[in-house]
Amino acid sequence: MQKLEILVVGKHPEIMKIILRLINNKPEWSGNAAFSVDEAVELSGKINFNVVLLGAGVDEEESNLLKANFKVPVVQHYGGGSGLLYAEIYQALG
Amino acid sequence: MAQTIFHPAASRGKADLGWLKSYHSFSFGGYYNPERMNFGALRVLNDDTVAGGKGFGEHPHDNMEIISIPLKGGLKHHDSMDNTAVISDGDIQVMSAGTGIFHEEHNDDKHDEVKFLQIWIYPNVRNVEPRYDQLTLNKADRHNKLQQVLSPNANDAGVWIYQNAWFHLGNFDKGLSTEYQLKAKGNGVYVFVLNGSVEINGQVLNTRDGFGIWDTDSFTINDLSDAEFLLMEVPMEF
Repeated sequence: MQKLEILVVGKHPEIMKIILRLINNKPEWSGNAAFSVDEAVELSGKINFNVVLLGAGVDEEESNLLKANFKVPVVQHYGGGSGLLYAEIYQALG
Repeated sequence: MAQTIFHPAASRGKADLGWLKSYHSFSFGGYYNPERMNFGALRVLNDDTVAGGKGFGEHPHDNMEIISIPLKGGLKHHDSMDNTAVISDGDIQVMSAGTGIFHEEHNDDKHDEVKFLQIWIYPNVRNVEPRYDQLTLNKADRHNKLQQVLSPNANDAGVWIYQNAWFHLGNFDKGLSTEYQLKAKGNGVYVFVLNGSVEINGQVLNTRDGFGIWDTDSFTINDLSDAEFLLMEVPMEF
């Protein structure tokens, strides 16, 4: 089964760890971390992402750069935990 | 002409983890309903009951305004900014999660359950320095009048958040009416009935029903019984 590839871009290592754990709790999802725009773009050359989540610490300029670099949905992740995470991903994927 | 949406109490999502029983007015956790994602900047309205001695372990938040309103019992709070406090019925607590905050909340009583509302509002600015505040409200100030408990302004009544939002609590006697004037153009109000029955714009609301109203400057709440309710005015576009 092909997993849904989810890229999380954020700058808070502890929150990132929790978001990845929550994503990877779903057997059909695979979470990947990037801590900068450059790292996100580099990863996109290796993995075909289905959705990009913008987490804590990503500013507006970086958000715009990421939206320009990715053709898949790039959405804000709010909250840091499981409360909104799954709904954000489901909604982004329609 | 005013636009409205009615969310009967029974239509809310439900989570039962044993120690936690929670009703979700909007999609949250395992409850996903694309028709129930938010009301403007209001993203989460959870009606939580936590068993004695239990609670939410340490977990993170970022870029969200988080408001807790205890309805029964006491809730013990601790966060990564080293704030430790107990909030009880009559208090209101606010956290601006900003760049990131870790916190835990536990029932302060070993035996009796605690009931509280957990409300999340999208902020109007991202990546602010996290902050925590709490306030004890005078419940007499909401008897047959609206008591402002939250605003965007640090020097106004109640707590404040990073959003153009105002919350009011009311505890009205049967037969009374009160008019609410919206504070800002483009805002809407989500009414949540804590107890009793009210009528707004021809819609009867009972305990734990929710009702959104927007595209209006004001509306009238008619109290069909003794009734307690929370008004949450938020931007519809943000």
